[in-house]
Amino acid sequence: MNVWIAIGVTAVGCYAVKLAGLLVPAGALERPLVRRLAALLPVALLAALTAQQTFTDGHALVLDARAAGLGAAAVALLLRAPFLVVVAAAVVVTAGVRALTG
Amino acid sequence: MTSAGSGLTVWQSCALSLLVFTGASQFALVGALAAGGNPFTAAAGAFFLGVRNAFYGLRLSQLLALPRAVRPFAAQWVIDETTAVALAQPTRRNARVGFAVTGVSLYLLWNLTTLLGALGAERIGDTDTWGLDAAGPAVFLALLAPMLRTATERAVAALAVVLGVGLLPALPAGVPVLVAALAAPAVLYVTGRRAARRGARGGER
Repeated sequence: MNVWIAIGVTAVGCYAVKLAGLLVPAGALERPLVRRLAALLPVALLAALTAQQTFTDGHALVLDARAAGLGAAAVALLLRAPFLVVVAAAVVVTAGVRALTG
Repeated sequence: MTSAGSGLTVWQSCALSLLVFTGASQFALVGALAAGGNPFTAAAGAFFLGVRNAFYGLRLSQLLALPRAVRPFAAQWVIDETTAVALAQPTRRNARVGFAVTGVSLYLLWNLTTLLGALGAERIGDTDTWGLDAAGPAVFLALLAPMLRTATERAVAALAVVLGVGLLPALPAGVPVLVAALAAPAVLYVTGRRAARRGARGGER
């Protein structure tokens, strides 16, 4: 049930901001500070989420096969690999390290 | 996709793609729920990630000049990809066609792959053995990488990582990510102060 509540709230919220951009007069959102903040918020959130999902297990900080997988993804990104190759690199390396270290 | 690997049912995964339809928010919501976050903190993180779509809408509404009656339907397709395609077109007509074609094809493809991914993940069973738990962070990293253009963005990312990971043992699930979001206004404030001290006027970087 909790999952459905989360899906519902997210769906309404995300649709509302999409529609707001199309409906709100330009002046309200065009202030430079607001624009800079909107550009930086995803940076902060994505960075925090990347780190959390790689280096944590529940409430504990851990260093395991996922770190190697993320490293592989980073290398793939530096080589300008396509999106799916980046994700595949992370998955394959993580599975590989896990298989080797058992 | 990865959502079924984090304990969502096939129906929940599909509803997420059909109704939310903005990738980063979906992955964030799934990640937060998998970590045991309550539905509202999980939704808040996903919502903040979706806020950038409002700014895409702002530029698109001037570019496409859609009739008011069409806007509520067009809104669901206001995402990174459709905006990029529409902004790259030389004329308004091309921009409208580009927006519509990208919107329809991505919407169909995204929802189809979600269904297949969710069904597939149910078959596989333990997704961790296959390394699929690394797919989430890799997706986030791939979305994040092109945004890290200047020192300001890198500072925000670094501070957010420290806050997000450092506070995790201390705060309830889902909350550290929201605290990490404060890295954005914090860095913006510091860079603003520095610019002011140097005598540079205005909000430019």
